[in-house]
Amino acid sequence: MEIFGIPLQAFLGQLMLGLVNGSFYAMLSLGLAVIFGLLGIVNFAHGALYMIGAYVAWYGFEHFGLNYWMALIVAPLVVGALGVVIERTLLRRLYKIDPIYGLLLTFGLALIAEGVFRDQFGVSGQSYSVPEALQGATNLGFMILPNYRAWVVVASLLVCFGTWFVIERTRLGSYLRAGTENPALVQAFGINVPVMVMLTYAAGAGLAAIAGVLAAPVIQITPLMGSNLIIVVFAVVVIGGMGSILGSILTGLMLGIVEGLTKVFYPEASNIVVFVIMAIVLMIRPAGLFGKEK
Amino acid sequence: MKLTKIAAACTFTAAAVAGAPAQAQISGDVVKIGIITDMSSVYADIDGQGGIEAIKMAIADAGGAVAGKKIEIVFADHQNKADVAAAKAREWFDTQGLDMLIGGTNSGTSLAMAKVAAEKKKPFIVVGAATSALTNDQCTPYTVHWAYDTVALAKGTGGAVVKAGGKTWYFLTADYAFGAALQNDTSNVVKAAGGTIVGSVKHPLAASDFSSFLLQAQASKAQILGMANAGGDTINTIKAANEFGITKTMKLAGLLVFINDIHSLGLKTTQGMYLTDSWYWNKDADARAWSRRFFEKMKRMPSSLQAADYSVVTNYLAAVKATGSDDADKVLAQLRKSKVNDMFAKGGWIRDDGRMVHDMYLMQVKTPETSTEPWDYYNVVETIKGEAAWTTKADSKCSLWK
Repeated sequence: MEIFGIPLQAFLGQLMLGLVNGSFYAMLSLGLAVIFGLLGIVNFAHGALYMIGAYVAWYGFEHFGLNYWMALIVAPLVVGALGVVIERTLLRRLYKIDPIYGLLLTFGLALIAEGVFRDQFGVSGQSYSVPEALQGATNLGFMILPNYRAWVVVASLLVCFGTWFVIERTRLGSYLRAGTENPALVQAFGINVPVMVMLTYAAGAGLAAIAGVLAAPVIQITPLMGSNLIIVVFAVVVIGGMGSILGSILTGLMLGIVEGLTKVFYPEASNIVVFVIMAIVLMIRPAGLFGKEK
Repeated sequence: MKLTKIAAACTFTAAAVAGAPAQAQISGDVVKIGIITDMSSVYADIDGQGGIEAIKMAIADAGGAVAGKKIEIVFADHQNKADVAAAKAREWFDTQGLDMLIGGTNSGTSLAMAKVAAEKKKPFIVVGAATSALTNDQCTPYTVHWAYDTVALAKGTGGAVVKAGGKTWYFLTADYAFGAALQNDTSNVVKAAGGTIVGSVKHPLAASDFSSFLLQAQASKAQILGMANAGGDTINTIKAANEFGITKTMKLAGLLVFINDIHSLGLKTTQGMYLTDSWYWNKDADARAWSRRFFEKMKRMPSSLQAADYSVVTNYLAAVKATGSDDADKVLAQLRKSKVNDMFAKGGWIRDDGRMVHDMYLMQVKTPETSTEPWDYYNVVETIKGEAAWTTKADSKCSLWK
């Protein structure tokens, strides 16, 4: 059986790989959506935070014998702490002015982070091996799927829906959402809004770090790994609708799949297909697929 | 304001006085060498800062001056954009009095700079770019190609792999000038040796994921996966190929692999792989001695490109010294007439098409057990002698070589 001229098996294989890549898009765009939704900051440093997360895992392993599972916990904490510093010292001053300043600031931070890591570690990058428990591959019938990639999909879905649940279905989440609607009123109820905002940025940064650790065993860890990915992730957020949590998760997975299939039918277009979709979505639904018109 | 004017007037007068009589042969009273290369992206480790350091070493070894005039270096990052490279080259030739330009990594940028250099009639010596077009259909009287090219890589690795029984090939190709040239040149070698090409797929430069392309390659049932890419792209291809078990059914042929890539991947992943390079730091005593000096400064061993950067500047300065001039035509004539004998190449010479003809090396990556020290990665399997490595006259479309 064939679909659009390619064998069904190959088609399913490409769908699966698209899903794996989509998991990364989903996790990264989720962090961006959370930060934009609650802080109104377009966090261009997100790719750099993702890169730093991967480097924490690698550095921890090389110098302190920190294993992969510990890295999944330590990296988000380290990067989250960095997020606290960034929010307290820099971002906090920008909330009352045009969002473009937040974008410029975080873009500058990303360039600085990349430059520092490039200077320290070079661009050829570092290798990080797959943890022992997840080595090997499983034959799915239509393809050989490395166990680690399967884990990436599972882990990212857990993280994504965990985040969605906290924001949409818990009391803490309702404070957060209320805080964005009307910070003064929420403050009047005795909730410390500035701390809440700070922790939100830290959580967004932590999400990027988790994605970085998950990516570390599958791609070479380089200072540029974030900037290669972040532009696509921004397109994902725009397509999904800025600030929409569920939208960014679903769009991330969907675009991973679309991109994967493009790699089969017209490989040369695989790095622009996401932007073509973005342009079309912006023309038809300027607020994004899942966004609400304001 | 007044002060600036006075200062400017003084500078102008001083320059006029100093520049006028005896040393009129050196333009602007300084020999200015420029390099435009990737300083910040995927190819920054194989040339980049290390390449600039190698050039500085060459200038220091020449005593910092030639024909009584100071030697200066200028460098810039082209960000892998041909238009940026060409604009920078033009600016330097027009306003900075640049005497010689070195082309760093990335074929697209070098092809663009070659056009500018030819228009300005200034020497353009290419080190980092691979495309053989620089000395073939796009050759100019001012382009010299120093280290390697896609034809030499194809003949070295392609030839060796087919000889070892790898008859059917599938290409994974970086989607720009270099990838296309490398695939084309390797295809010719494979076909000439009796092999067949069963397919190919193009990927964007600095792609983030290769698994999809690799599954397509595996579905082709070819024996050999020819990786017509470089740097981080090759590294990520090899990583993913190991992860997806592609290496169980296909053999990988890295068509352009640098020692930095091997260092970064480790011997465990890369052992047994064949590759072709223009130079290896551990190939002989001269190379080792220079490399240890380089290591002192950079804390890593030099790539072939960094060694070639040193070689280019050393030979260029020798030609300036011999002619007592930095005039492009005089220096190039001198370079063409003298042999290249240094730690990079022995008995090298520049052909009419601009190709610097020298030996190339087919190497195999050592196993972790046989590697005796850090950066000890290769066994030299075969030395590809002189003209055997390069484009032949029959295949050349260069009008200067007829």
